[in-house]
Amino acid sequence: MAETPQGAPGEIPPRESSPGGSPVSGTAIAPAEPTSPVEREFTVAARTQTQMVIRRFLAHRLAVASLVVFVIIVAGSLGGARLWKYNYADITKEFSTSPSLAHPMGTDDIGHDTLAQVLRGAQKSVQVALLVALLSTTFGSVVGAVAGYYRGVTDSILMRFTDLVLTIPLLAIAGLLAGTLGGGDWFLVAVVIASVSWTSIARVVRGTFLSLREKEFVDAARALGASDRRIIFRHLLPNAAGSIIVNATVTVAVAILVETALSFLGLGIRPPDTSLGLLVSAGQQAAQTRPWLFYFPGLVIIMIALTINFIGDGLRDAFDPTQTRVRA
Amino acid sequence: MVSFIIRRLLISIPVLVLSSVLVFLLVANSGDPLGDLKGRNPPVPKQVLDLRRHELNLDKPLPARYWIWITGFVRGDMGTAVNGREVRTLLGERLVVTMRMIILATLLALVLAILTGVISAVRQYHITDYTFTFAGFLFLSMPVFWLAALLKEYVAIKFNQAFGHRVFYTVGAETPNLTGSLVYRLGDYAGHLVLPMLTLALISYAAWSRYQRSTMLDVLSSDYIRLARAKGLSRSRVMVRHALRNALIPIATVVAIDTGTLFGGAVLTERVFSWQGMGSLLVQGISQVDVNVVLAWLMVSAIIIILFNLAADILYAFLDPRIRYG
Repeated sequence: MAETPQGAPGEIPPRESSPGGSPVSGTAIAPAEPTSPVEREFTVAARTQTQMVIRRFLAHRLAVASLVVFVIIVAGSLGGARLWKYNYADITKEFSTSPSLAHPMGTDDIGHDTLAQVLRGAQKSVQVALLVALLSTTFGSVVGAVAGYYRGVTDSILMRFTDLVLTIPLLAIAGLLAGTLGGGDWFLVAVVIASVSWTSIARVVRGTFLSLREKEFVDAARALGASDRRIIFRHLLPNAAGSIIVNATVTVAVAILVETALSFLGLGIRPPDTSLGLLVSAGQQAAQTRPWLFYFPGLVIIMIALTINFIGDGLRDAFDPTQTRVRA
Repeated sequence: MVSFIIRRLLISIPVLVLSSVLVFLLVANSGDPLGDLKGRNPPVPKQVLDLRRHELNLDKPLPARYWIWITGFVRGDMGTAVNGREVRTLLGERLVVTMRMIILATLLALVLAILTGVISAVRQYHITDYTFTFAGFLFLSMPVFWLAALLKEYVAIKFNQAFGHRVFYTVGAETPNLTGSLVYRLGDYAGHLVLPMLTLALISYAAWSRYQRSTMLDVLSSDYIRLARAKGLSRSRVMVRHALRNALIPIATVVAIDTGTLFGGAVLTERVFSWQGMGSLLVQGISQVDVNVVLAWLMVSAIIIILFNLAADILYAFLDPRIRYG
């Protein structure tokens, strides 16, 4: 991953070229390309912030491996359920068989193929987790940005509001709403989890905004006549992107665990549909006699959460290399 | 300092009041408290239903019901549960059971987290750091109930088999109708306590050790540590006297906040180990639409959470003079 190969000053590859740097089409036609004159004075292709973050992330082997595994799990759970010969609701003639070629994860006492159920469960759990991350990141960022940017009374009101949300445990909210909303729908489960989990992102974004808003570039933007909205969305939010993305990643892992916990208590996704938490809950009684019912769904939960946490850790290092003491 | 504490206390009051309104609205819209009576066969006479409705004040408008409940709560009157017991005594009993689990778990998790977090940071990218990091991430990614079941399976059952004697119990907080000497009873409590405590501790430990590691790393890369080393202080002295002391400030507040939420959040652990604590009380209350129990539970837990948050703020301001009291 050395610097891009260089030639004479006129032969710089265009700025957008991949960071790994193959000297694409640039060599021959470079003089004709309308690149800006400033860039031509340097022999090293400038990298954008994003490119540097991606390079640092790619250097983090565990995070990259986790990303690959996570993508495989997600793709497998979304696509694999269609390819696998059994459907999660199919009832086979074999009851409680241990893992074999026909049923790689065995079957339960009714004759469901556990692999098909785990695929379906993972699909539901991942769907819920991704939606939670999307909803809570969006809402949390907006609340945090407004509170941090405007400070004063607005800040006090919004922060007391987040305090208020935190006083009621998620399990209670889910349990109480389960009766009213009918429950069991993955979309509603995600909304309920997101209704609480946005608070941590709001706090992080608020903290970042409080310090960023004092920077000179904000004064400069304001002096140029930029509106509040423009400053928030064009100048501050991109600078807070690192902490927002890292937090969103962690939220996915947390949401997976919360969803499984809710389903375990019977407050999340409900039969006839299934989720990983529901499968573990059903397999728990059989942990000794039919261990495959208990271990496979549990291991998939851990795999998903673990890979996401590693990805989050890699992203944190990539966005903020200040904690990397030895390897610079 | 005193004015800072008073100001923070005053800010907490409106949050608490709003929380009580929110709690009340949530519970009032969550299900029919008479559903169980109405569904009975043979049907319950209308008079009984009316009487019960009157008892629960369901015949009054919502604001009036809120007022009756909240004034009662402030005076310490939390009504009676579906099974006829006083909610106040019920909550008290359950709180004691849960506290037994939480206090020890928090202490254990805190000690482990500080130790491994600091060692990880001091030996960053060393094999010990990788081991602790991996362990931390593993417990961070593990569902509580799965870990609990695993501990039951491998620690309790295998251990008991190996000793041919019951050392660890997997059900309940104590053996029912326990009699005997104090030592014997304490042993029984301990045998019941170990596994749930370990479960809770490992889950809290995971997040806290990661946090401790990153705070310690922050401190280690700061200028005053470099200065302390540059003026010739020994490495161990710098680590303990200069770095560690400062690195303990943020974790104190995190632990305070997390412990507050643990009082309600131990639901899963209690469920797996069949403890009759706060968590299972909430789950039972919700499933039986036991309005008085759920209301009182949520209010007590909100008070605990707000108090612990307050404690975290005060602790932070107290430990770190750089924090403005304003």
